[in-house]
Amino acid sequence: MTNAVQTPPTGSESLFAYLLRLGDNALILGQRLAEWCGKGPMFEEDMALSNTALDLLGQARQWLTYAGDVEGQGRDEDALAFLRDVQNFHNLLLVERPNGDYATTMVRQFYFDAWHVLLLQGLCTSSDSRMAEIARTAVKEVTYHVRRSSDLVVRLGDGTSESHRRMQAAVDELWPFTGEMWTPDAYEVRLCEQRIIPDVAAVGPSWLTHVTDVLKNATLTVPTATWMHKGGKQGQHTEHLGYILAEMQFLQRAYPGAKW
Amino acid sequence: MNEWPLWEVFIRSQHGLAHKHVGSLHAPDAEMAINHARDVYTRRNEGVSIWVVKASDIVASSPGDKEPLFEPANNKVYRHPTFFPMPKEVKNL
Repeated sequence: MTNAVQTPPTGSESLFAYLLRLGDNALILGQRLAEWCGKGPMFEEDMALSNTALDLLGQARQWLTYAGDVEGQGRDEDALAFLRDVQNFHNLLLVERPNGDYATTMVRQFYFDAWHVLLLQGLCTSSDSRMAEIARTAVKEVTYHVRRSSDLVVRLGDGTSESHRRMQAAVDELWPFTGEMWTPDAYEVRLCEQRIIPDVAAVGPSWLTHVTDVLKNATLTVPTATWMHKGGKQGQHTEHLGYILAEMQFLQRAYPGAKW
Repeated sequence: MNEWPLWEVFIRSQHGLAHKHVGSLHAPDAEMAINHARDVYTRRNEGVSIWVVKASDIVASSPGDKEPLFEPANNKVYRHPTFFPMPKEVKNL
């Protein structure tokens, strides 16, 4: 992946890499949310998080299946999910962040949802018809995700002094992981030129507008830090992803080809 | 968190039918009750509309009133509309 910077990527290379990003974001965040299953603060919240996890897993299956078809090497969704190693995952660093407390989980979700819905809206009019088709089904689910996480950010930010403190800490801690979402690389520039994906950089201001509105409603301070982490999209991950994969991939690694 | 009030959830499964009670849940207010109802009760295409009602706002009849409320004299057959044949085309009646 690192040589992509020197030599312009071909169309199908770019498309494959980008579909992995879409699939891996949904897969890894879904896996993270699934860690809450049975441990949510309320039964209803537990269900809601698991529902979101299942929505994301469903989306990951569609993106990864398409990625496998574009690659043309016979890899299906399972091969891509369970038999790739850390450096071949292309999710944002944000989604591999640990769950932490409920504030951290909700702020991570809120940052991601607010971006995800804008991206999917753009992908709905993709010149790639299969991309647009998947985006149109996913955007319905994600429209609900962003409504829910925005609502909870306001409730918890403007809640008790304890919930406010935890929320502000999460908002500040996760902020440097948001820049990766709208900083385009060579793949994204190329796909945007082909009108396959929207202008990644242009999503940034819309995201910031929504996030600022919600954080203000929540009586939370919008961070001003400008330094941002990067690398997840290119396969350079934090130490957390290895542990996620170890748990997620264990069965297929220990018992290759095992089926239900 | 246990002080969240109880809400009763009613879902209309399709247009033209009445909302039907499907269960209950806890939520701090109406908006979150609707969200929770969506997450707990409508994930399998169950409905087109959700009502939530605070359980404490429901006025229920007393079990002790069984006889005066539910056991009318059965010698007035005209009270029971069983003499009218229903057209086959009429559904959900």
